[in-house]
Parts: sequence; structure tokens; C-alpha cells
Amino acid sequence: MNTVDLAATGVRELNRRLRHASDDPSALSWLVTNPKGAHAIAAGLTRPVRIQIDGHVGYYCAGMNQAAAVTIDGHCGTGVAENIMSGLVRVRGNASQSAGASGHGGLLVIEGNAGPRCGISMKGVDIVVGGKAGHMSGFMAQSGNLVVCGDAGHDLGDSVYEAVIYVGGSPASLGADCVEKDMTPKHRSRLRGLLSRAGIEIDPERFRRFGSARKLYHFHVDHADAY
Amino acid sequence: MGAVDSGRLRPSHTFPAHVLAEIHRAADEGVYEIRGFGTKRPLPGFDDLVFLGASMSRYPLEGYRERCDTGVTLGTRFASKPVHLKIPITIAGMSFGALGANAKEAIGRACTAMGTSSTTGDGGMTEEERQSSETLVYQVLPSRYGMNPDDLRRSDAIEIVVGQGAKPGGGGVLLGQKITERVARMRDLPEGIDQRSACRHPDWTGPDDLAIKIQELREITGWEKPIYVKIGASRPTYDAALAVKAGADVIVLDGMQGGTAATQDVFIENVGIPTLPALRQAVEALQALDVHREVQLIVSGGIRSGADVAKALALGADAVSIGSAAMVALGCNKAVHVEDYQAIGTEPGYCHHCHTGRCPVGVTTQDPELEARLRPEQGARWLRNYLTAMVLELQTIARANGKSHVLNLEPEDLAALTVEAAAMAGIPLAGTDWIPGRG
Repeated sequence: MNTVDLAATGVRELNRRLRHASDDPSALSWLVTNPKGAHAIAAGLTRPVRIQIDGHVGYYCAGMNQAAAVTIDGHCGTGVAENIMSGLVRVRGNASQSAGASGHGGLLVIEGNAGPRCGISMKGVDIVVGGKAGHMSGFMAQSGNLVVCGDAGHDLGDSVYEAVIYVGGSPASLGADCVEKDMTPKHRSRLRGLLSRAGIEIDPERFRRFGSARKLYHFHVDHADAY
Repeated sequence: MGAVDSGRLRPSHTFPAHVLAEIHRAADEGVYEIRGFGTKRPLPGFDDLVFLGASMSRYPLEGYRERCDTGVTLGTRFASKPVHLKIPITIAGMSFGALGANAKEAIGRACTAMGTSSTTGDGGMTEEERQSSETLVYQVLPSRYGMNPDDLRRSDAIEIVVGQGAKPGGGGVLLGQKITERVARMRDLPEGIDQRSACRHPDWTGPDDLAIKIQELREITGWEKPIYVKIGASRPTYDAALAVKAGADVIVLDGMQGGTAATQDVFIENVGIPTLPALRQAVEALQALDVHREVQLIVSGGIRSGADVAKALALGADAVSIGSAAMVALGCNKAVHVEDYQAIGTEPGYCHHCHTGRCPVGVTTQDPELEARLRPEQGARWLRNYLTAMVLELQTIARANGKSHVLNLEPEDLAALTVEAAAMAGIPLAGTDWIPGRG
């Protein structure tokens, strides 16, 4: 385990070390202390390193992550794991707005609550929120799965494309073109798999599924009030 | 029935033929008009300025004998690997999807031959454009279609797009006929849908957030790449200053005359300000912060000739960017395949039908048969010739004003032909020392 104290070493140096970590097994496990809300911690990683961050982080922690497994033992600011490509990012606390924004792949787990616009423009990432998610979550979500174990805020899934949204509680309201869909055995099975991968124990039977009504896929005068 | 006396047919100034036609169309379809190209209304522009040339107090340089350099370096503020260009004319971001792959490749080849840069667009980086472009600027757009950290790292500069001159405050549109299987795959969208891009970035709003976003992009790319911030011309005094505050290396300012692949006509014609006043305001903002030339300024929107380039540089830009004009060099609106223009309801010289995907000259299409009409080698030759001509024109003007480098052109080399241009550009009305609004 390599330890980097951010009180003594800046983010730039930390990220440089992480990017250049060797294949030596001893170089693949890292502990980051004293993050104190710093931004862009562990952003742009490309290697299968394991990173534990002890404390709260600022914006874009683990942004554009590829292959790495990052655990944040605290809360995080805007855009955690934004545009994640692969790997695993786990937040033990709460996440601010735009968590997993435009993520293309991998898994983002937020064990606490997520702020607004969780999964905005997501493009294949899987996101599991253990608690609640804020308003406009799943906005323009294109593909992937967004699982909210608690309640979801207003305008869930506004203008959603082909992403699938599961909610264990209740959405305050649905956004434009987002509708409730049947929870088929296939979707129940996928949800069970997502929860298992996230390590969150909750009964899949209580979830409802939401997705696109596909009425905004082509401009039409009768849908003008939704544009 | 008597013959109509044509002298009695008086058209309405308020309701000319194109307005009548648009009302009829809206009544039929119930939705705004979406089209490509740029604004068609008359606007104050570079044609309203002239150079004074040499005189008793200014000595011209000899054409063909005395050097007039054209090289520029962009991204000197923070990036460890600035971009060096041989000419101050770059190619603006135009997406694969809006343009066909052959057009993108032709642009890349021409830029490489000329020693300048091309730019990706909404939809990500294609292999063709990366391979053909020696210097490639990678756009980070609100949609994040095709956004990939590997492509970020293999770019030569990064351009964060906040706005576009044709539609400041609006997102992109790509109608279903252009969302082919490849375009859909690159954008993670269902094939054939009318794609609406977001108008705001998904993970930041405002200059304070942007500063942190820029920090993240620098971390991901090892602080090597110049980071451009592209703004549509709306409030350049503030936007340019805020981009500087956020940490931009380069500001790209796109005026109202800038083009688009597809946007609401009402947006193109009614939102934003022309390039001329926007350029002056941005330069003044940079000067007020004492970063003019330290933070480079690229200007786009209505650049068509070497004269336009020279005027933009004289007003304080470090380089220009062209989009529509480059497409025209590739054959846009050329009088060939006239029957195909007519099939989509237009004629050469009037076409703004990029949104249909039925581009008669193969530039803005994904249709294999149409796209084959633009061979990359031929397109690259045309664009290279056009850029060469522009540079020769630029040097001609610079030498006539006694400049050994095109960046030495300055506002006092200019005079304005109209009161409007004088006020907007901050250049004296020709024959006077009067700048409206300044006493």
C-alpha cells in the first residue's frame, strides 16, 4: 500500500504518480489521506490501480476513469466519475450534482444520496445510488442503467433516450417523455445483478422501471409543449 | 380576364416573399424552420472597413522580396506544448455527422499541408481526421458525444465549447436523416432519431466551475495541451474576461455570422451580435486584464478572404477560424448537380440544406452515393488552394501597410466606411477622426 498525504503532496503530483504506477503489485494499491475537498483527485486514470481516499473530495474525483477502482470514504463534490469509461468508483457518503455525468461505462456506486442531475447524459455507465437522487436525474440519459434505491426528485429522466431507470422509492415527478414501464423478469434479473455488483442489499421487488416514451425522437407539432 | 399590370404589383416591405413563404410553411408544419449555413440578413461586417495602406508616414514592403511572416503560436499561457501554426487561419469545429468522413479527411489533409489546425465537432474524433490532421483540436461539448480521454490525450489542443455564434445559448440539432449507423454508434444514440444536443455542459455551470473543469482536463492530459474556450458572441466583454479568469489559454470568439449544420432559423437570425463589435469588445477585455497576446484570441464568423483575415488581425485577433468558407471551398453551393439542389427545393447559391443530409456536392452528407462526389484528395487540393490564396491576400495587405508580420497589423491601419461599423469596431469613420460614442 502506497500512502500519499495530500496535505504534503499536491493533487498534480498524486495524479502523476497514479498515472505512472508500474505493474509491480506493490504499486497498484494506494491510500490518499487529507483530501480536504481538493478537485480532480485521481482524474484520468488508465491503469487497474486500487485507490482508497480517506475524506471528502471536491469536483471531478475519478473523472474519466479507466480501469481503476476508486473508493471515496467521504462525501464528494460535483461530477464524481464524470465521463467514466470503465472500472469502479464507490462513494461511501453522499455525492453532489452531476455524478457520473456522460459516463460511458464502468460502475459508479453512491452509498448515500446523490444530488441533482445524477447520470445526466449517461452513455452506458451503470450507476447505483443507495439513497435518494435529486431532481433532473437521468436527464438526456442515453444508455446504461440508473438505479435509485430511495426516492427520486422532480423531472426524473427528462428527455431520456435508451437508458433504463430503476427507482426503489417514488419519483417526485417524471420529466418530459419519461414514462413508467413494465418491470419484466428480465429487468428484475438485471436489477438484481446491478445491486449485487454494487454490494447493496435491498429487495428488487420494490423497484419500478422508467424509460423513454420515444415521443420526442422526431419533431412533431403535437409534442411542441415538450420541446 | 384582363392582363395584370405589373407596375401595380407592389410588394410589402413588411411581408416580402420569403416572409410570406415562411408563414405559409409554419402554418402547414407547426414547427420552427431548421436549417444549416449561417445568417442571411445584412449585418455590419468586415466589408465596412478598409485599410489605409502606406503613405508618406508608412513605408510599404516589397511584395515577393521582403518577408511578411504569418506564423502564430497558440496556448503559451499554461500549456507545456503550445500549438505552432504556419498560418493564422484555422478550420473551425465541424462534426462528423454534420460533415461526411470525406469532407473531414479533406479538411485534415489541407490543414496538414498548410501547417494549420483542424477541429473535431459534436460527435467525437474520427480515425480519418486524426490520421489526416497533423494538428487537431478536440472539442469538449455539452453533449459529450464520443467524449473519450484517449482522444483527449492524442489531441493537440482542447476546445471547451460554451457557445457558437450561430446559436449562442442553444444546443446542436442533427436530424434523423443524418443519424446513420456509424453516427449513431459514435454518439450512443438510436439510429435515425432527431438528435438534440444539450445547450449546457452536464457537469459545470459558470466561470468558477469552468476553472475547476479546466484543471481536471489539464490533470487528465498532463498539463500539456493548450485549452481553448469557445464562446458565441453575446456578451464578449464579460465572457472573454471570465474565460481568462477560468484559466483559458486561448479564447475562440464566434460571431453571429458563424455557420451551423442545423439550427432553428429564428435562432440564426436573431440571437447574438455580429463578429465586428464582438471582436472589439473581446480585445478590449483582454487589454483591460493586460493579457492581450498572452491569452490568444481566435475569431470566427463570416471570414471569407485574406482581407477579412487582415482586418480581424488588425483589430486584435491572433488568428481566425473558418467553417462555412471552408465548406464552400469544398464545393458547397457550387453550380454542379443542379437537379439535386432542385430536388431538395433550392438552387446553387441559395442552399442551406445541410440539415437534410442530401448535400448535392457531398460535403454535409452521410449518403454514400452523394459523399462519393467529394474525393478527399480533390477536396484537400481545393481547400489548400483557397487557404493559399487567402494567405497571399493577407500578406499583400500587410506589406501594403508596411508590416513584416501579419500580427503587426493594427487598428490605426483601418478606416470605417459606415457609421455603424465605426461605432462597432471602434475605428474612425473614413475621412474623420470620429468614432461614434467616443466624443
